[in-house]
Amino acid sequence: MPESNPALQLEVSDLHAHYGESHILHGMNFAVPKGEVVTLLGRNGAGKTTTMKAIMGIVQKRGGSIRFEGQELVGLPSNRIARLGLAYCPEERGIFSSLNVTENILLPPAVKPGGMSLEEIHGLFPRLKERGGSQGTKLSGGEAQMLAIARILRTGASLLLLDEPTEGLAPLIVQQIGDIIRGLKGRGYTILLVEQNFRFAATVADRHFVVENGVVVDWLPNDQIEQSTEKLKRYLGV
Amino acid sequence: MFELIGIPPQALFGQMLLGLINGAFYAVLSLGLALIFGLLNVINFTHGAQYMLGAYVAWLLLNFLGINYWLALVLAPVVVGAFGILLERLMLRKLYHLDHLYGLLLTFGLALIIEGVFRNLYGISGQSYPVPPVLTGGYNLGFMFLPLYRGWVVFVSLVVCLGTWLVIEKTKLGSYLRAGTENPTLVQAFGINVPRMITLTYGFGVGLAALAGVLAAPIYQVKPTMGADMIIVVFAVVVIGGMGSIMGSVVTGFMLGLLEGLTKVFYPEASNTVIFVVMAVVLLIKPAGLFGKAS
Ligand SMILES: Nc1ncnc2c1ncn2[C@@H]1O[C@H](COP(=O)(O)OP(=O)(O)O)[C@@H](O)[C@H]1O
Ligand SMILES: [Mg+2]
Repeated sequence: MPESNPALQLEVSDLHAHYGESHILHGMNFAVPKGEVVTLLGRNGAGKTTTMKAIMGIVQKRGGSIRFEGQELVGLPSNRIARLGLAYCPEERGIFSSLNVTENILLPPAVKPGGMSLEEIHGLFPRLKERGGSQGTKLSGGEAQMLAIARILRTGASLLLLDEPTEGLAPLIVQQIGDIIRGLKGRGYTILLVEQNFRFAATVADRHFVVENGVVVDWLPNDQIEQSTEKLKRYLGV
Repeated sequence: MFELIGIPPQALFGQMLLGLINGAFYAVLSLGLALIFGLLNVINFTHGAQYMLGAYVAWLLLNFLGINYWLALVLAPVVVGAFGILLERLMLRKLYHLDHLYGLLLTFGLALIIEGVFRNLYGISGQSYPVPPVLTGGYNLGFMFLPLYRGWVVFVSLVVCLGTWLVIEKTKLGSYLRAGTENPTLVQAFGINVPRMITLTYGFGVGLAALAGVLAAPIYQVKPTMGADMIIVVFAVVVIGGMGSIMGSVVTGFMLGLLEGLTKVFYPEASNTVIFVVMAVVLLIKPAGLFGKAS
């Protein structure tokens, strides 16, 4: 077993994942250094969401290795994985309609010390304070996305998995989400971000991995994104 | 006024009280069913047998160990709830990834087995369970006579239903339950041990059925078929209230009990079928049930 590098918060090696009989991930390899924002870029259906779900243990049928702060996650149920300090913001947002906005924020239990207080979260997302009593599903798309992010900040998790947080949102809201992600990085969070929009990704991330058909086919540091634009467009089919 | 419609008030209030008591049982039983269905997606056909088990455990405790009603009111739900937990751990758990039908078949089969065993042991005539001494007798309220034990049954049911509702709507644990009913996978990915929550919810729902069984023991005969008779009506109540709706099943339970009582006064021939007529009408007009959300 290779020595784990303490500067790497998450190391994914030769990760395979299946839904029933279909083999979706075919040996993913990538790593997320502590304190960085790292993206997984790729077309629809490339396996980005499946990678997130495999890390969180939501997809249980997986092989290979996922190490978080040196600890192996493959084989653990998702509640144990969350307790180690990973928090997941799903692509479909997963706002609970039977809970109001504040109950949604308070739902995920604190798993580690050092999470934000409700006041801090309200400071960061004033809209969510105003709408605290509204039913979770009566929010606009932007508000729902803010709520999905806000909800995982109380837990004390140090690694945030954000699956396409800008999908389907107006440019102004996308900018706000960019501000929030940079703010979270400033507070020391490590973030694994799934994106299809590499122009947005370039404004927040430190490095990018390109996913195709369940494997990582390329990677580049953010400062090389300019000279690699053509190549990325080909990968993403835009 | 009562003379106008030709019904003596004693008869009217008497039937309404009987209806309210049936309603109390419907409410507690359908509350348990709704909780279980919400989180487990299992239609618990063993519920009637578990209600019967509650009554029998109380009867056995009294007759073999001399344990009185008050202790049985706590012990029987715990014993039967623990039995439910065992069922969930060993059998039900294996069926969650399959179609609803499998859970239904398993729980239905178990109900037949449990009922059969008790039929073998105790026959079908039934045993009587005495009303606890402090709850014998009653009060004359002027317009009607209120037997104390019946008032007690309605009171306990109301407290249990209201307490359960408060826990679900107002506490952290309740928010886990509500969220887990919607999206258990995500709740678990937030660090909550959802499989354990499911087990305990099943145990609690079964415990509620057993509690209803103990409450029923001094009123109805303690007999192997008591659950089967009751559960058919309770399923109708759950369908009318809306599958999985907690408040809906409680309110519907009491309302339908009352409706049944009133029907006995005004048109006795229909008293056994009125609930099923309501069910058919509700299903036609609002298939998700009165309090259910259409999905
Ligand atoms: N629940 C599922 N069952 C079976 N196949 C699935 C399921 N979810 C996703 N897939 C398949 O897995 C592949 C990868 O999907 P996904 O990880 O969602 O891609 P991405 O997030 O990159 O768009 C797709 O081909 C998709 O059809
Ligand atoms: Mg996706």
